Amino acid sequence: MRYSAARLLWEGLKGHKGWGRAWRDPEPKPSYDVVIIGGGGHGLATAHYLSKVYGVRDVAVLEKGWIGGGNVGRNTTIIRSNYLLDGNEPFYEFSMKLWENLEQDLNYNAMVSQRGIMNLIHTDAQRDAFRRRGNAMRLYGAGSELLDADQVRKEVPFLNFDNARFPIKGALVQRRGGTVRHDAVAWGYARSADQHGVDIIQNCEVTGFRIENGKVLGIETTRGYIGAGKVGVAVAGNSSRVMAKAGMRLPIESHVLQAFVSEGLKPVIPGVITFGAGHFYVSQSDKGGLVFGGDIDGYNTYAQRGNMPVVEDVAEGGVALMPIIGRARLLRMWGGIMDMSMDGSPFIDKTHIDGLYFNGGWCYGGFKATPASGYAFAHLLATDTPHDTATAYRLDRFRSGAMIDEKGMGAQPNLH
Amino acid sequence: MLIPHPLLGLRDAQEFTYLGDASLLNRPDGMAEGAAEALHDYLYLRDNPAGEHRELWFHEQGDRSWLVVTRNTLTHEITQVEFAADVARQKGADQ
Repeated sequence: MRYSAARLLWEGLKGHKGWGRAWRDPEPKPSYDVVIIGGGGHGLATAHYLSKVYGVRDVAVLEKGWIGGGNVGRNTTIIRSNYLLDGNEPFYEFSMKLWENLEQDLNYNAMVSQRGIMNLIHTDAQRDAFRRRGNAMRLYGAGSELLDADQVRKEVPFLNFDNARFPIKGALVQRRGGTVRHDAVAWGYARSADQHGVDIIQNCEVTGFRIENGKVLGIETTRGYIGAGKVGVAVAGNSSRVMAKAGMRLPIESHVLQAFVSEGLKPVIPGVITFGAGHFYVSQSDKGGLVFGGDIDGYNTYAQRGNMPVVEDVAEGGVALMPIIGRARLLRMWGGIMDMSMDGSPFIDKTHIDGLYFNGGWCYGGFKATPASGYAFAHLLATDTPHDTATAYRLDRFRSGAMIDEKGMGAQPNLH
Repeated sequence: MLIPHPLLGLRDAQEFTYLGDASLLNRPDGMAEGAAEALHDYLYLRDNPAGEHRELWFHEQGDRSWLVVTRNTLTHEITQVEFAADVARQKGADQ
């Protein structure tokens, strides 16, 4: 069923009784050409592009819980393509272009809202670094603007401009950045993939791989054995646990990132604002809640909850940046588990096991990458060659020295 | 999170800096055969288990000792804390 204004009117006249379910709930078949492990944003996006763009229809997506129950439902919904390095910027800009046409592509309202992202500048050195980043963005067509303090003041007058220690001296702005309704991304991809013949199998946990002579034959699951020509793993947060079942160790640690939302307020924040002196970023949802977050907690964990010191740190960042936030009450807070990689960049690559492909290591930047990650992973699964924008995301880059370290932190995952 | 320091008792985890998996104590011999591969695995690859994890914490805002903390990554429960120096000495003695 296509969603449209006419359809809405028709269903409205009939009491909204004819919508039906958005995707099927099939039993797993004995085997598939491609099995994707992980029914989150990236796995579902992979299934969508695999079936729609690359014409591979015999596909299953296996999900341990329910689709969209992991990080795609736990992030702060920000999209942007404001990276510096050559390995990253074309990929994230490709993702931004896919976001811009996502709703037409999926026939689903994902509430893509390009309300702009503003990275604040507090020192002269930071202005130099941001100017350089802005130029790198322009080289790949992402667009960027460098604002001075007066221009920033005009747009967001409520910030604390004259903080003695961290005065606001300007901002790097990407107008095409913004936010997207995160759950709708998972649902939209799921619905589209399902319409193109993909089986979405929920409550199906992978318990092992059947690998013979260096080739993967299928997957053991809680719902029985499923044969597979190719297996794509997209389970960021739990990548190490799943790939360990195939005998692999990854350059990844799992860490928790907390996020927060305030009570609903009248419109105050026009776009996304990031504090350049501490780690704090904030936007306002369509319901009015201020959605914000900061640093990861910094120790290995699989518990989807964090500790109080980071809550304090985030609150301090918020109040330093915009003192008015001190009057808002916190409504909810939660945590998601991140694949923190050794250089802060992701992986979309084949493994040494024939037929086993890996997508992960998204650190805390996976949501904005969802469309391009799915597209590039589908390209890899369908053609056995990396997508043009994802050639740098190799698993062996630490061996070869071709790291993509945006922050220049080295092999210390909790600092990226 | 509170870490039971062997000498100082329960200390707030905020006093500590986290480094990661305690296997970082076992630095391979850089002059040995196949050292490049061994150092790659040592530096970049991690077990990253869900459950019991032995990890290095540095008491930076305290007595500046390195600790090996055994902590469950699913529950954050800490079951054992040792001085990293003792762990390393024991390893040397075992060899």
